[in-house]
Amino acid sequence: MSKFRKKKKGMPAVNTAALPDIVFMLLFFFMVTTTMRETDLKLEAPRLPSATEVKKLEHKSLVTTIYVSKAKDSKYGVGYNKIQLNDKIASADDVPAFIMNSREKVSEAEIPFMTTSIKADKESNVGTITDIRLKLRDVNALKISYSASKGGGN
Amino acid sequence: MARRENPEINAGSMADIAFLLLIFFLVTTTMNVDSGISKKLSEKPPPDYVPPIIKEKNIFEVNINRNNELLVEDARMEIKELKEAAKAFIDNGGGEGKVENGIATGPCTYCKGEKSESSSDHPNKAIISVQSDRGTDYGTYLKVQNELLKAYTELRNRLAMERYGISFDELEEAYKKARTDESLKKKVEDIKLAYPQIISDAEPTSAN
Repeated sequence: MSKFRKKKKGMPAVNTAALPDIVFMLLFFFMVTTTMRETDLKLEAPRLPSATEVKKLEHKSLVTTIYVSKAKDSKYGVGYNKIQLNDKIASADDVPAFIMNSREKVSEAEIPFMTTSIKADKESNVGTITDIRLKLRDVNALKISYSASKGGGN
Repeated sequence: MARRENPEINAGSMADIAFLLLIFFLVTTTMNVDSGISKKLSEKPPPDYVPPIIKEKNIFEVNINRNNELLVEDARMEIKELKEAAKAFIDNGGGEGKVENGIATGPCTYCKGEKSESSSDHPNKAIISVQSDRGTDYGTYLKVQNELLKAYTELRNRLAMERYGISFDELEEAYKKARTDESLKKKVEDIKLAYPQIISDAEPTSAN
């Protein structure tokens, strides 16, 4: 009978020994999936124009990005018309080589689906964008996307 | 008197440390999806290419000058009025459609425009030409493109609503989820063909 009287009073503590394991697992997941920006921007982050008719860009591996904005370093000038390819400041004439280079990374069959995303600042000039566009047309990179943030583009 | 056995390390705060790191990564992870206005450039024309002659009334001319002002069909206009003007132009339906693969599309039966003689014949003939200056702000340029696209979207939505009882946006969304669905594909193609997006970018004028 003494067996029954041995009951302790109060709630038994919940065993939290496995909590760190769970948290670590989540931690590793986020550490692995977090992608740090591959290219560091030599330009100021472009202030994207807002638009309503935006489409999401799918297949990230097929997207090449061209940045157009103001250079951080004032030795490149102060206009909003600097072009960055990969991680250096370039001119529109370097665009074909840049596209060719990015094409090498994907398989032959996927080349027609490659999209060039132009991330340009609001105050960039259309002339710069046109120069890039003409160069893109020269190398038959016909799918482009003018990067814009979704919002009430009044 | 030293204790014989090693004292256990207290691992109670391990969870706290891990949580802190976890929260840091949670906050810094940005799952930003790139979005933008997609466009398809026209292919480079061969050197001996002669552009087809297009009737003046089928071209909707939008000019943006260096000071980001708009000139539409030789009249000044505010950006917010552009959408309605573009809709009126596309949806006019004043004449015969173009001949595709030997089949004449005939007059536009679904257009609700004024059917004016001086505006576009048919949505598939209506061309919007955007000409900008080299010095135009990119923001303004994109805003104009956005308004023009919005005009097309609204017309497409209206037609899809009439024909299938579902807006074009939803129709496209549904098609994206079920790529193999032939009937959906046909509906999407049908609407796209009824209001094809023909927006051309003219060579910009240089600022000199």
